[in-house]
Amino acid sequence: MTLNLDSKIPDGPIADKWDNQKFGMKLVAPHNRRRFDVIVVGSGLAGAAAAATLGELGYNVRCFTYHDSPRRAHSIAAQGGINAAKNYKGDGDSVERLFYDTVKGGDFRAREANVHRLAELSVDIIDQCAAQGVPFAREYSGLLDTRSFGGTQVSRTFYARGQTGQQLLLGAYQSLMHQVDAGTVELHDRTELLDVVVVDGEVAGIVTRHLHTGAVQSWSAHAVVLATGGYSNVFFLSTNAKHSNASAIWRAYRKGAAFGNPCFTQIHPTCIPASDDFQSKLTLMSESLRNDGRIWVPTEFDDKRSPDQIPAEERDYYLERRYPAFGNLVPRDVASRAAKAEVDRGRGVGELKNGVYLDFSDAIARLGRDVIEERYGNLIEMYERITDEDPYKVPMRIYPAVHYTMGGLWVDYNLQTTIPGLFAGGEANFSDHGANRLGASALMQGLADGYFVLPATLANYLADRLSRPPVPTDHPAFAEAEAAVRDRTKQLLSTGGTRTVDWFHRELGKIMWDNCGMARSTETLTKALSEIPALRSEFEKDVRILGDGDSLNQSLEKAGRVADFFELAELMCIDALHREESCGGHFRVEHQTPEGEAERDDENFSYVAAWEFTGDGNAPALNKEPLEFEYVHLAQRSYK
Amino acid sequence: MDLTLKVWRQAGPGTEGRIETYDVPGISEEMSFLEMLDVLNDRLIVEGREPIAFEHDCREGICGSCGMMINGQAHGPQKGTATCQLHMRKFSDGDTIVVEPWRATAFPIVKDLVVNRSTFDEIIAAGGYISVTTGAAQEANLTLVPKAVADTAMDAAQCIGCGACVAACPNSAAQLFTSAKLAHLNLLPQGQPERWDRTVRMVGVMEQYFGSCTNHGECHEACPKEISLDFIAYMNRDYRKAIVKNRSLIAQP
Amino acid sequence: MATTTRPAAAELATTKRKRPWFIELYGTALGKKYVMAITGIIGMLFIVGHMVGNLKLYLGGDHLDVYGEWLRTIGEPALPRTVFLWLLRGLLITAVVLHIHAAWSLTRLNHRADIKYTNRRDFIAANFASRTMRWTGILVGLFIVFHLADLTWGAANGDFIRGAVRHNMVHSFRRPPVAITYVVANVALGIHLWHGAWSLFQSMGWNNPRFNQWRSWFAWAFAGAIVLGNISFPILIVTHAVTY
Repeated sequence: MTLNLDSKIPDGPIADKWDNQKFGMKLVAPHNRRRFDVIVVGSGLAGAAAAATLGELGYNVRCFTYHDSPRRAHSIAAQGGINAAKNYKGDGDSVERLFYDTVKGGDFRAREANVHRLAELSVDIIDQCAAQGVPFAREYSGLLDTRSFGGTQVSRTFYARGQTGQQLLLGAYQSLMHQVDAGTVELHDRTELLDVVVVDGEVAGIVTRHLHTGAVQSWSAHAVVLATGGYSNVFFLSTNAKHSNASAIWRAYRKGAAFGNPCFTQIHPTCIPASDDFQSKLTLMSESLRNDGRIWVPTEFDDKRSPDQIPAEERDYYLERRYPAFGNLVPRDVASRAAKAEVDRGRGVGELKNGVYLDFSDAIARLGRDVIEERYGNLIEMYERITDEDPYKVPMRIYPAVHYTMGGLWVDYNLQTTIPGLFAGGEANFSDHGANRLGASALMQGLADGYFVLPATLANYLADRLSRPPVPTDHPAFAEAEAAVRDRTKQLLSTGGTRTVDWFHRELGKIMWDNCGMARSTETLTKALSEIPALRSEFEKDVRILGDGDSLNQSLEKAGRVADFFELAELMCIDALHREESCGGHFRVEHQTPEGEAERDDENFSYVAAWEFTGDGNAPALNKEPLEFEYVHLAQRSYK
Repeated sequence: MDLTLKVWRQAGPGTEGRIETYDVPGISEEMSFLEMLDVLNDRLIVEGREPIAFEHDCREGICGSCGMMINGQAHGPQKGTATCQLHMRKFSDGDTIVVEPWRATAFPIVKDLVVNRSTFDEIIAAGGYISVTTGAAQEANLTLVPKAVADTAMDAAQCIGCGACVAACPNSAAQLFTSAKLAHLNLLPQGQPERWDRTVRMVGVMEQYFGSCTNHGECHEACPKEISLDFIAYMNRDYRKAIVKNRSLIAQP
Repeated sequence: MATTTRPAAAELATTKRKRPWFIELYGTALGKKYVMAITGIIGMLFIVGHMVGNLKLYLGGDHLDVYGEWLRTIGEPALPRTVFLWLLRGLLITAVVLHIHAAWSLTRLNHRADIKYTNRRDFIAANFASRTMRWTGILVGLFIVFHLADLTWGAANGDFIRGAVRHNMVHSFRRPPVAITYVVANVALGIHLWHGAWSLFQSMGWNNPRFNQWRSWFAWAFAGAIVLGNISFPILIVTHAVTY
């Protein structure tokens, strides 16, 4: 262990920690803020919110996105909702309960202090977004409406039809564009981060490539925020957008930022099953569907009857049977594994026998078709467009798919990585969800980080650097990084092999899904660890990228991202192999209860695994940040 | 099924483009339109020909990246569907499919089917927001929003900014895009203080780049979110009021 | 936005001098659309009045001529003879000029903004009427000039007698080419009105979901009534169903 993993958790009772921290932190006076340059990479919920807020406070902000508009970041695709401990329904919700649910839902692998802060801020987020004009669903009274979500027994999820992520992102995007108009934020679209520059152990800036012109450029700043999302696309088939990638956080890792819990990936239980080999991505159906839909498979193996021909007594509502208290609303990891178990047993449904039914017929009978249409209309339409089946008549077919990565850059309580001045927010950091994220919590975390946490903690970092200008971009470190970026591009373009980038990506995805997916074992992980490097060296020799680096070249962009995925995939397997326990989304078949539930080993693994880059070809070094649970008692999760 | 594809190919912003023809055999009905293009691109790369550049990202109809003119219709033949969610079952064996980029002066072509839609961001920057200092917002339930208002605002706010409305409009007008954002914010109580300035400024920027509305209704037909023409009327009304009304009295009934 | 090639914004007005609000408004495309709509409404009111007046043809005798004479005397004795009529004509001419100018400059704006597709467009909502507004408009404009020459100035009417409205009308429409011209022009007018009468509601922002369906019914009914009424004159005259 070489890194000093100081989590900087403030003292005091948990409910006061964030207030104490805010009071204890240094401030930058309004007239001094314009003297600080801040770079925000990514324009999703965390990035756009942080850039907009920092700009509004008066810092010189540059915001980078590889999209043609900040509004296209993948946060836009989140459907179901955002949690907040408002207790508007009077059903016993509170900050403490949201905190408790999140720690428990994360299978006790998250930092208590962070989660509590998240629960506190959830309330402010709803106020902020409602004031911005986010058209949340309303009751007839004009009050905000909520619904319930997996892993909880209260109704605390605010939503805007099935497009909550879109509406929240548009709110943040609009605030960002407001700041662009005001001149406080300089927006750089179609510009991708290709390296992070560190000088004297502190972040100095970034190197980017413009996707349309190929121009490689350096940007210096006092502080850099990475809000670049997660890395589910390492599996090729995931619910992430096609361009979502890990390059920014991976480059930071290679420059010295520790990577926390890389193996913690979430498999979302309700996605549309793959239909053929050409499938380019999987489409998620919001978890909110589980509120009214019932999940079942035929009791008969290999039942070829159409679902409406199968009588009730020959249907196995396996979630309701196994988990009577939570039923169809068990947390995602539990629901996913249960579906996989049914399909693996041979009770899968659909042409390829790769799904389970999600049935609305009871809900339609109880509530009427209109209510179901009002609640889920756009999801049902989307399903129909993709599958050509009408869920009002036949049950949906669903199957789990990779959806979210709880792992990410290790950050302290202030969201600073192990590189001073380099911060990470949203899905790009590892911080708040432990080993499993509850539904409707990703939006909450992205916005909490962006609107509230980063602006406060950045000031604390910057306050000490008032007299120091940022490292100029003519510093040799920038030249070196630029040269490395150009070399890498040149190398990819000159490989001249025979296979496309997508081919390699698909193969990598298969290795990861089969060996490091929903169920992992020493055997599969060891296998993956031998297959990935082999595929990677094949990639280096045999990939074919046409065109040049001086104009829009989508294969080249992809190739750079896939090259980083190869390295990350290895780290994920190493982490998964070392974590000899099952927890949340990380399920090791060697470690399960007699009923087949995940079995944690709190004695030996109650820590954050923060991996440190030690050079190409060397094994990464493991650093441990012990997790202490003072307020939530460690217990085997039970949703029965 | 076997298809013939005619695709607009253009190397860069200033260069000449042309339609090129490709045979695309063995396409499955389950594929999405973009997956069909993926298959073609994979083959082109293996054959040593440059793949077709096209924008895409989420592939679930929400990010608004993708968009192309398919057989003379923005986003192709299926109503209320973005290109990424258009599936090949909407075509038949032996079809010839013509694919062009969005065309409008305000959307210059970057490469092949990729166009630059930054002008949309400029319209938003000109007032497509409600100013709230972060952290200074009041308790959310203090502002009541009647359900009908929230629902209509949501109908408008669904816009994904793909540009199909402009592409489909014979005048390359951006009224549907602009009016959807205006309606989203102008309908809500939170949006009232900035309502009139917002309307004047956003319309002003829109008119710098885009054509005028002749009420054809093509935009609504092309819109993957089926945003209503009513919002264009609301915008016209608000603009009229913004110019004519005495704004200091506007809070009075 | 900052780093990429952007289309050049159309020239903004360089003069910073504050102009009257209605000139400012007319400078915008939305403002021109209001002008299109309002002048369109003026035109529509005129067309209705014109047709209702002409229907007196069917009352026989000198009803039509008496009506024509009455038009010249409106406002008397407060106003001298024909002053009101000239005010009305002034309003109409202004409306027509503005309507044409707004249409012309909007068309130019649209041509600047639009790039044509190489392949044929497959229009879904845009119909023949909406896409041919400028052509039906030009047709109607040319027709108005002819119509004035025929029945107001008399230059295109061989046997024109000032004030003898019925005589002039019957004499003119007895000529089959003229009758056909009137029919064709009125059909063009009907097509123009059909889109215009719906479109003006949108342009003015008169929209209420409760009444929106009525807008298109109104457009149908209005355009239909005008076309039927107006083409009945040449048809019934050329077929000698109506005589001197």
